[in-house]
Amino acid sequence: MFTSDNKTYWLIWTLLILISLAYFSHKLWFDNDKTVFMPGELSNGHHQIGMSCDSCHKNAYDNQDQILESCIECHGDNRQKPFDSHPRSKFKDPRNADRLVKINALNCISCHSEHQPAITQKNGLTQARDFCVHCHAGIADERPSHEGMAFDTCASAGCHNYHNNRALYTDFLIKHRDEPELLSSRTLPKRVFADVLDEVANYPHDRYPVQALSLSDIDKPLTVETSDQIKQDWARSAHAKMGANCSACHIPLNEDGGAANWTNQPELNACTQCHGAEVKHFKRGKHGMRLQVGLPAMTPALARLPMKAESHGTELQCNSCHPAHSYDLVDAAVEQCLSCHNDEHSLAYKQSAHYAAWQQEQSGQLPAGSGVSCASCHMPRASYDVSEWLNRIMVQHNQSASLKPNTKMLRPVCMQCHGLEFSIDALADDKLINNNFQGKPTLHIQSMDMAKREHLRHSTGEQSDD
Amino acid sequence: MKPSKPVLVLSTILSANLLATSAYAIGENKVPVKAMADALHTVVDSDRSIYTRKVVNRLVKKEKVIKASEYFDDDKALPLPAQMFRMGAEHVAKRIASNPDVNFSYSLQSIWPINKQNAPKTPAEKEGLEFIAKNKGKNFYTEEKLGGQNYFTAIYADTGVAPVCVSCHNKHKDSPKTDFKIGDVMGGVVIRIPIDG
Repeated sequence: MFTSDNKTYWLIWTLLILISLAYFSHKLWFDNDKTVFMPGELSNGHHQIGMSCDSCHKNAYDNQDQILESCIECHGDNRQKPFDSHPRSKFKDPRNADRLVKINALNCISCHSEHQPAITQKNGLTQARDFCVHCHAGIADERPSHEGMAFDTCASAGCHNYHNNRALYTDFLIKHRDEPELLSSRTLPKRVFADVLDEVANYPHDRYPVQALSLSDIDKPLTVETSDQIKQDWARSAHAKMGANCSACHIPLNEDGGAANWTNQPELNACTQCHGAEVKHFKRGKHGMRLQVGLPAMTPALARLPMKAESHGTELQCNSCHPAHSYDLVDAAVEQCLSCHNDEHSLAYKQSAHYAAWQQEQSGQLPAGSGVSCASCHMPRASYDVSEWLNRIMVQHNQSASLKPNTKMLRPVCMQCHGLEFSIDALADDKLINNNFQGKPTLHIQSMDMAKREHLRHSTGEQSDD
Repeated sequence: MKPSKPVLVLSTILSANLLATSAYAIGENKVPVKAMADALHTVVDSDRSIYTRKVVNRLVKKEKVIKASEYFDDDKALPLPAQMFRMGAEHVAKRIASNPDVNFSYSLQSIWPINKQNAPKTPAEKEGLEFIAKNKGKNFYTEEKLGGQNYFTAIYADTGVAPVCVSCHNKHKDSPKTDFKIGDVMGGVVIRIPIDG
C-alpha cells in the first residue's frame, strides 16, 4: 500500500538515484577526472596517468587483446630490446597450448594486473612469485647447481629476469669472473649524435646544415628583444656549434612541415625536430609519460617519491632539466635532479664516492666520462636503435627503463666501472642503495659461485656434487 | 635400414587419408595440407642451408673474417644457423598474428636438445622425432589436437651436414649427446598447420 510515509521514502530514493545518475553521467561524459570509476588504486608505474583512462582502456569494454595493444604501445620497445626471452610468439606455438592454461603468457595483465594494490608486488608483479615453476620445474635436472632452490628466488638480484633472460648467463658470468671491484678502465661511452647526423633521416639538414655559428649569425627577428646573457649562452652551446640558430627552436615546423610563427616559449615539438629519439624516450618514462597521453606535464607534487617542496610546481618538459639557452649538460646531470628529488638515496649522493669522482672529472683531475653523476646511472649512455636500421650511443631519457628490476643497470651502468660479481651484490643490497653506495655490499648473491661450479664441472668432465 | 612393411603400409594409408581429408585454402584453390607442409619445409630448410653455406661457413671457416656465436649480440658475431632458423619461426609467428589467412608454425626440436625447452613435448613430437631418427630419409606425418584445435603435423629430419654442426653439439656443455657424426639425424623440423575437424 502507498502510504504517506513510504511515499516520502520513495521520493527520497528517487531523488538520490537521479542525483547519482546526474553526478556519474557528468563524470563519465563531461569531466576529465574519471577517477571516481577507478576500481582500485593504480600501481607506481601508472598512477600518473590515472586521469587518462583511455590510455589503457581504448574502449569501454576492452577485452584482454585490446588492453594488450595499449601495453605494447608504451612498453613494446623495452620488452623487445635488447632481447625478449619469453616473446608472445613463443607461446603462440601450439605446442605450448598446455602452458597457457596454467599462465596465459600471451597477455601482460596475466602477471601485471592493474588496480590491484593489495597483491601488487615489486616491479608491478601481481602473479605469484614462483610462476617459473609452471614451465621450469625440472631445471635441476639440467642445472644440478639449482637443486633445492625455491622457485620464488629465480628473480633474485643477479639471477633471472623473465623478460630478458640473456642479460646474465653462465658463459657471461664466467667471462667476467674474478673481476676486481673497481676496474682499471672506468669511463662511460661517448655520445655520438654529432658523428652520425648525416645518417639521421629525420634531422632537418636542409634548414640547419651542420656548421659552427657565432653571435654575428643570430637570426632572431629585430622585433624580438633578448639579452646579452642569452646570446652568450647560446654562442657557447652545442646548438651554436652544430648550426641550430634561434629560429630552429623559436620558429619550429608545423605538423604540415611549414614554419610556424616566432614563439618565445618553444615547446616539445621544437626539441623533437632534432632530438626525436630523446623525446620519445622521455615520454616513455615517469618524467614525460603524462605528455605522451595528452595530460598536463608531470609536476613533482604528483610524485609518490619524496620531492622538495619548492619544486612541487615545476612542470617537467625538456627545458626543466635543460634550461635554455645554455643547455648545460653538467648542470642537467646532477643539480637539476637534486633540485626536485628528496629521497634518502638522492640526499646521500653528495657524500658518495660517485660524486667525488664527478667533482674530480669537472675539475679536470679525471678524464671525461669517468665521473658518476645521477644521469650516469639513471640515464645510461648505451647503444639504442633510433630507427629500424640505425643505432647510436645516446643518453636514455627514459630514466625508468633501467630501474625495474635494477639488474638492468648491470651492463650499461655498473659494469662500465665495476666487476660483475661486485655489481650484482651491490644491486641486491637495499641499504647500500639507500645510502648511495657508501660502503661495501653486505649481501652475496650466489650466481657467480654457481656459474664457476658449473664451469668447473664441465671443463673437468666431473659429475656435480651440488 | 629399410622400413618394415607394416610401417610403410601404415604411413601410406595415413598420408592418403590426410591428403583426402585436409587441404589448405588459397583463394578458390585448395592445396593438399601435406603438400603445403612439404613446400614450407623446402623453403625454410633451403634458406637455412644457404645461410649456413654462403654466410656462416664462407665467412667463418673459409674467409675467417667473423665468428658465429650462440651469444651473437655480446660477441658481435653471426647468429648460429639454428638460431637464425628460430628467429625466422618467431618472426613468422608475429606476422601471422596480423594475417589470419595464413596460419602455420614451425620449430626445431631434438630428442638430444641443448636447450631443454626444445625437447619434444607432445606425443606426436615424441613419436615423430623417434621415427625420423630411426628411419633415415623418411618424414613423419600425423594429426594432433592442441588447445582445442586440430593440427596437421609434419616432422622432417634435421641432419648434421657440416663438421661444425657436429663438433659444436658434441662439445656444448648442455648437449646430452656428444658422439654425433656427420650425416646423423640431430633433430627435426616440426611444421604444424591448423585443420578443421
